Amino acid sequence: MGKETPMADELEKGPWPSFIKEIKRAAEKHPSANDLLKVVERSYKDKVTHWKHGGIVGVTGYGGGVIGRYSDVPEEFPSVAAFHTFRVNHPSGWFYTTKKLRQICDVWEKYGSGLTNFHGSTGDIILLGSPTENLQPCFDALSGIGFDLGGSGSVLRTPTGCVGPARCEWSCIDTLNVIYDLTMEFQDELHRPRWPYKFKIKASGCPNDCVAAIARADFTIIGTWRDSLRIDQDAVREYAEGGLNVEKLVVGKCPTGALEWDEKARELKLKPQDCVRCMHCINKMPKAVRPGLDHGATILIGGKAPILKGANLSWVLIPFIKLEPPYTEIKDLLLKIWDWWDEHGRTRERVAELIQRLGLKTFLRAVGIKPVPQMVNQPRANPYVFF
Amino acid sequence: MAKTDIGPPDFREMLPEVIKKNYGKWKYHEIVKPGVLKHVSETGDVLYTVRAGSPRLVSVDFIRDICDIADKYCDGHLRFTSRYNIEFMTPDKNKVEPLIEEVGKLGLPVGGTGKCITNVVHTQGWIHCHSAATDASAVVKAIMDELYDHFTSMKLPAQLRISLACCINMCGAVHCSDLAVVGVHTKPPKVDHEHLHALCEIPTTIASCPTGAIRRHSDKEIKSVKVREDLCMYCGNCFTVCPAMPLADPEGDGVAIYAGGKVSNARKPPMFSRLIVPYLPNNPPRWPEVVSTLKKIIGVYAEHAQEDERMGEWIQRVGWETFFRLTDIPFTEQHIDDFTHAVETYRTTTQFRW
Repeated sequence: MGKETPMADELEKGPWPSFIKEIKRAAEKHPSANDLLKVVERSYKDKVTHWKHGGIVGVTGYGGGVIGRYSDVPEEFPSVAAFHTFRVNHPSGWFYTTKKLRQICDVWEKYGSGLTNFHGSTGDIILLGSPTENLQPCFDALSGIGFDLGGSGSVLRTPTGCVGPARCEWSCIDTLNVIYDLTMEFQDELHRPRWPYKFKIKASGCPNDCVAAIARADFTIIGTWRDSLRIDQDAVREYAEGGLNVEKLVVGKCPTGALEWDEKARELKLKPQDCVRCMHCINKMPKAVRPGLDHGATILIGGKAPILKGANLSWVLIPFIKLEPPYTEIKDLLLKIWDWWDEHGRTRERVAELIQRLGLKTFLRAVGIKPVPQMVNQPRANPYVFF
Repeated sequence: MAKTDIGPPDFREMLPEVIKKNYGKWKYHEIVKPGVLKHVSETGDVLYTVRAGSPRLVSVDFIRDICDIADKYCDGHLRFTSRYNIEFMTPDKNKVEPLIEEVGKLGLPVGGTGKCITNVVHTQGWIHCHSAATDASAVVKAIMDELYDHFTSMKLPAQLRISLACCINMCGAVHCSDLAVVGVHTKPPKVDHEHLHALCEIPTTIASCPTGAIRRHSDKEIKSVKVREDLCMYCGNCFTVCPAMPLADPEGDGVAIYAGGKVSNARKPPMFSRLIVPYLPNNPPRWPEVVSTLKKIIGVYAEHAQEDERMGEWIQRVGWETFFRLTDIPFTEQHIDDFTHAVETYRTTTQFRW
């Protein structure tokens, strides 16, 4: 094997853990993993991919969740002639018991290549490479151990959220629960494509946004608070005595000048009305500064990567909303957004692109939300106003 | 028949006892050392986390290996971070060092916390994707072999998030990363006139082009399309809707580098990554041009940025002209935007540096 794949073998060297070693481990038991190694070597030589476009495959009752993949050189690499992928919906916050993980391993050992991504960039568990005839039995086995498929195509993609209150003191919302709840509520939207294009929901517990919700989600939920930061002055002094330059590195970096360091009293003073909840002082002094207690979320709309009309960061839609189960307001809002987008959107038009085409004003009217200054960086400068 | 629409397992069944008990009650945390977090609860309970890097593309035996560790030290629980790091959690301080040792035995680095380069978020590349303009896993492996010490230490001015997308669809938050590596095509699609009519809807194909470069073929006998090459910017959207328009090309395909993006709201608002190097060749298996360019940018950033300044914050402060001068990267016409949001990027002040 070694002699056949010199370039892939090169990638076994070096300190960072090697994916080639992992392919070889799977190749000991699975001919398809062995062929995958050779396909990759071939791509390193040819400098192009050897996977063909699409192909519609799936399992009964689902319109997505399985990505069809065929080799463009099947005669050379017959074990990966068909090498389809499952997206498997992860548990909120990517927490697992080893029992559940071992069950997935056993299923995938039996029906697939033995190769996985933990996780894919969608957040799903990716089971990489199964022949067409194994798809249905593999799905049946996954369902049997309590797992279900994630989203692919023009559906609600697998919602994801940060670690949240499970292990983070900054989380202002229960990201794990809201993500689980929305995922369960919208199983039909997740599994059966009917929309113009994909729709993503992500939730981060605080404005540090560890799941990149503002950049990657059409519907962005970010935890925040309405009252004042909580400051423990004794703990601030401890940081100062421990060598932290509070004046320069905390006060000096506050984007709105809301903080002041009283050197004499050794006290950190806050003008709460000037704080924009950026998280910097909290990040610098987690023991001394904490978010306020009047928790909720900011809802933003339209984050996406460049395809097709350019990348967007999500835009503020609701500056503050309380986020409590059963999340009725959020669900109603989502249904209104989907209705409007489904009605007016063109093929492969994300909701942000539709908003750009028809105007934020039109969108706000459609979903019944009144304009507020928090929605814009600044009002328009031009005089071309509709009345 | 198997049950459908059961959804994922309930996360509550996946949580360790100490987390169930302290859910929503965490008070503060500290980074004990690179790769080790200590969370303290209002209840007085303490939780240690050991964070390890992962190649992300892993065999089921790899998963079983980490399960063995979690069974031995973490009561059978583990988690993954949003950047694919593996996290082992225990309330017992005495288990931290043995955990680190076991993780090391698997060949996994412990780190990825604080002012470091944590796991690189990336896509499938030539392992599995039909539209990939470059590989993903190999480029990331080559990069992290060279930047390994930045994973296991915390010596940078701030966090530095690297992401890689193997084409400009940019799966993953590549467009808002401190450093982004993006696979790019630089040749227009080659239309397969023989098969196009059987594989594709012609109106959909024409409508898919954001610059209007695709037209009906001028010969009515040929049921196909033509591409106005001067209007094509190789986005590949037509290929996504029409397999008869492949644009992969061994010589034309390569890698672009973007810099200065972030998603956190800390200090400055979230920002996009901006084009730094329009094209570097695909040079498997180790992409030396890409690796050396990233190393150079990181070196200049580490030398010049202030404490807590992310890549994009530093560049905003010193100006892009300073960035290009310090990194010695040529500024070309490709750097000037001519797409949908272009004019927002043109400078409208006489304030700049020489």
